[in-house]
Amino acid sequence: MSTVVTVVASIGPLAHLAGAGLLGVVSRVDFATFWACAVIVVVGAVGVVVSRNPVHAALMLVMTLFAVAVLFIEQHANFLAAVQVIVYAGAIVVLFLFVIMFLGVDRDEDVNQEPLRGQRILAPVLVVLGLAGVLVLGIGAHWAVGAPSVVGPARGQPGGDVAALGRAVFTVYLFPFEITAGLLVIAVVGAVVLARRPPTAGQDELSVGVPGDQVAGSDGGTAAGTAGEETPAGTDAHATDATGQPGPAGDVGVSPELAGSSEPQPVPQPEPHEVAP
Amino acid sequence: MSVPASWYLALSAVVFSIGALGVLVRRNVLVMFMCVELMLNAANLALVTFARQLNDIGGEALVFFVLVVAAAEVVVGLGIVVAIFRRRRGTTADDLHLMKG
Repeated sequence: MSTVVTVVASIGPLAHLAGAGLLGVVSRVDFATFWACAVIVVVGAVGVVVSRNPVHAALMLVMTLFAVAVLFIEQHANFLAAVQVIVYAGAIVVLFLFVIMFLGVDRDEDVNQEPLRGQRILAPVLVVLGLAGVLVLGIGAHWAVGAPSVVGPARGQPGGDVAALGRAVFTVYLFPFEITAGLLVIAVVGAVVLARRPPTAGQDELSVGVPGDQVAGSDGGTAAGTAGEETPAGTDAHATDATGQPGPAGDVGVSPELAGSSEPQPVPQPEPHEVAP
Repeated sequence: MSVPASWYLALSAVVFSIGALGVLVRRNVLVMFMCVELMLNAANLALVTFARQLNDIGGEALVFFVLVVAAAEVVVGLGIVVAIFRRRRGTTADDLHLMKG
């Protein structure tokens, strides 16, 4: 399909010179591509929502992303189509699959339990109402969508859309581009902090350390997996911080619940000599 | 004559609605993230459509930034999921009621 689209994109400028016959063929291929990709996109999106298995959902997401990339090519956004395939389907979905496999959550989800009553009925009704509202407003009204070519023209530039996009990113949007670099660095640091192993009991970060803490950190499913312990753990951590003792993960600003280094235990007595130097 | 832009916008609205439905209905945090990605892709499709319709490269540049922000969001979000999962077995969103009043 992508070869067909590539052919269409390559002969697109020639269509102005050609007669009505070639124009009709190009138009027909355009519409066929759009409908095929639209069906794939919608089927994949529905598959993401209704799949019981997270791995199946991720594969459906890949299908949707590829079809959206084809639609990008159809609209002469070649660079974005390549980035869509490389970044989304090649990096983000692989990251999803890695986390799914790493955590071992590739089992089915129970759908019988419904914590919020009426959620599964109310949510589709609200979504359908919102979609109908958007479509009716879009069909029945005329919208002012702005002046064309504010930043720069997308077509007819030397170098195609890649050069035009590069020119826009490195001239008009240079400062947001630099901010983007900072955002990526912050995201990397945040991921490292979040995914860090909890410090071992030998270090003095764990002032309230218990002997079984390291065991609980490495095998959290058996020791800390029982339900109904969050509220004592939360109040315990809060009380520990309020007494002035150094928290278990207070140096990185992550709550002990997220860092996984706090063990639910009775509230420690706020004696001053207990504080480790 | 190519495909009209309104068809692309309608498809974008449909995909966005499906993604929003998934965020509202599903309980697995990972699948909810995937549905957020669906919504971001729908917005990207609408931006590319407007960029083509108005012959303006600004829409495509915005799609570029959306891609970067989506990558950062996924990295941090999956880090949080891993950190939560290390603490307790399960990625169900309804179990995380620690901050509930």
